[in-house]
Amino acid sequence: MEALSAAGEPAIATHALTKRYRGGQLAVDRLDLVVPRGSVFGFLGPNGSGKTTTIRMLMGLIEPTSGTARVLGEEMPRAGRRVLPRVGALIEGPALYGFLTGRDNLLRFDAADPTADPRTRRARVDAALDRVGLVAAAGKKARAYSLGMKQRLGLAAALLQPRELLVLDEPTNGLDPQGMREIRTLVRGLASEGTTVFLSSHLLDEIEQVCTHAAVMAQGRLLTQGTVAELASSARGRLAVTTPDTAEAVRVLKEHGVNDLTVDDDRVTGELPAAVPELAELNAALVRAGVRVRSFGTARASLEDAFVALTGEGFDVAG
Amino acid sequence: MSQAELTTAAAGRAAPSPLWALSLFRSEVGTVFRRWRTIALLGVLAAVPVLVGIAVKMETDDGGAAGHGGGGPAFISQVTNNGLFLVFTSLAATLPFFLPMAVGVVAGDSVAGEASSGTLRYLLVAPAGRTRLLLAKFSATLAFCCAATLTVAASALAVGAILFPLGDVTLISGVTVSFGEGLLRALAVAGAVALSLVGIAALGLFVSTLTNSGIAAMATTVGLLITAQIVDQFPQLHAVQPYLFPHYWLSFADLLRAPVYWDQLLDNVGLQALYAAVFGSAAWARFTSKDVTA
Ligand SMILES: Nc1ncnc2c1ncn2[C@@H]1O[C@H](COP(=O)(O)OP(=O)(O)OP(=O)(O)O)[C@@H](O)[C@H]1O
Ligand SMILES: [Mg+2]
Repeated sequence: MEALSAAGEPAIATHALTKRYRGGQLAVDRLDLVVPRGSVFGFLGPNGSGKTTTIRMLMGLIEPTSGTARVLGEEMPRAGRRVLPRVGALIEGPALYGFLTGRDNLLRFDAADPTADPRTRRARVDAALDRVGLVAAAGKKARAYSLGMKQRLGLAAALLQPRELLVLDEPTNGLDPQGMREIRTLVRGLASEGTTVFLSSHLLDEIEQVCTHAAVMAQGRLLTQGTVAELASSARGRLAVTTPDTAEAVRVLKEHGVNDLTVDDDRVTGELPAAVPELAELNAALVRAGVRVRSFGTARASLEDAFVALTGEGFDVAG
Repeated sequence: MSQAELTTAAAGRAAPSPLWALSLFRSEVGTVFRRWRTIALLGVLAAVPVLVGIAVKMETDDGGAAGHGGGGPAFISQVTNNGLFLVFTSLAATLPFFLPMAVGVVAGDSVAGEASSGTLRYLLVAPAGRTRLLLAKFSATLAFCCAATLTVAASALAVGAILFPLGDVTLISGVTVSFGEGLLRALAVAGAVALSLVGIAALGLFVSTLTNSGIAAMATTVGLLITAQIVDQFPQLHAVQPYLFPHYWLSFADLLRAPVYWDQLLDNVGLQALYAAVFGSAAWARFTSKDVTA
């Protein structure tokens, strides 16, 4: 059966997906992305790394320069009419009709979907408003909404129908801490119902909290993708030794291949080599050399370490 | 809900009724007519017959016959005898500029306005479908053409009935017909005027697909209207004039002859259809291949 074979495919799979904007800017460069079904997939990258551009191609808003994008087992943008009703999307923040009320905005977006049943429209709109906690403000003109309320209404538009895939471009942008927590709860709830969630964000701890998988982009290229646990562990932990004999400790650690050694008072830290030596051996070697060790251990790498290690520390946006 | 249930639920609604497709058109019309700008444009159009009616009334109360000797818009001299002529006068007065300007504003804003507010991307991922969305936009603009024309005609009829006597209508060719037939002819004239606006509606729609700025699209469309009207005035440019969309606009007066002169009326219909075909296709070609990044 067609539907079954499609269900076996990843929610999103791109092959050598490339976008060069008309100005000549290479925004996405030979991207091979695989988003497994049922995952909560974090899409990370500094400003201007091509996240939104990738999402626009996945949603059929822009034509790829080359390469292919498959969403829910079908090729985009060609199969948009079949694929997009099963996808909810929030792209580059919400966009609303300021002169319509929140509810009328949702009624309009729902009317744009030819597969949406007009007989259930009001009920579905009310359910979506309820889901994002906007029932009380539903009768207000959208022009009078705060940024967070607009964001919630945009999310409600993505939830007008049961979706197989949700694509959320920076969904917590502009939300208060309470709102952020609600969004995380919402995402977890949707994921437990079987919806695949693809979300881009700058907030690393947010990704670490809700995502099962993640990918990191920089300057249009995919640096890495995998489960969040894999990514965090791929960033090597740092070794930290506290000792009064810092000079001697640095010498011994260097002999054993520890790089990037820094001394801060009585604390020596360094990056463990790729072939991690047995830590007990390292400690024994220090003691044998007469280094008095007060404490010895490694600090666990966070996703943030992984991210910074991959994309570099620099703050400036790459042109 | 499990993955399998989700998939079947989605497959279960994948067979929509063909009637549901009309939802977008209805929503589009509702959105156009709930904008403040649309209401204001219709308000201005409704005010024109009021002003013309009052001006004629004041002038005739002073003793003279209004607009005698060809001054002012067509039919203005008959208004004092028959309020129904205010309908023809008002349509003749608004067709060169006010009506097409209002249509240019609505058509120019149709796609570009959604692009500049960003709602276009949400309509497209809904998914409205680019061809379907463009058709809904064009139909809604045509609905506005009818509404705008009817606003002028209805306002003129009301003002005419209040300020002037109503009665049998003397046509341009000298034949007198009953008031009922005059009313029917007024309706036909309104239809011809609304049809005359199809060309600029298609032109505005095309301009609207070229830019992401609603204001720029409106200004360009109204600019093209003014240019076409000016070019249509120069005898030296008569070679291009039959292809200008305003060229046969005043042909609606031929509906007030007995028998009706059809030549120019049909030329007008043909020209408007040509504009709809050419610029409609251009808009479609542009919009279906356009990168929507705003
Ligand atoms: N419409 C456009 N025309 C030309 N270049 C563009 C356009 N949109 C984006 N770009 C360029 O493409 C690159 C990627 O932009 P994109 O918006 O995809 O980044 P992003 O990862 O979403 O960034 P952010 O985190 O700031 O949202 C940038 O260098 C940007 O300047
Ligand atoms: Mg972005």
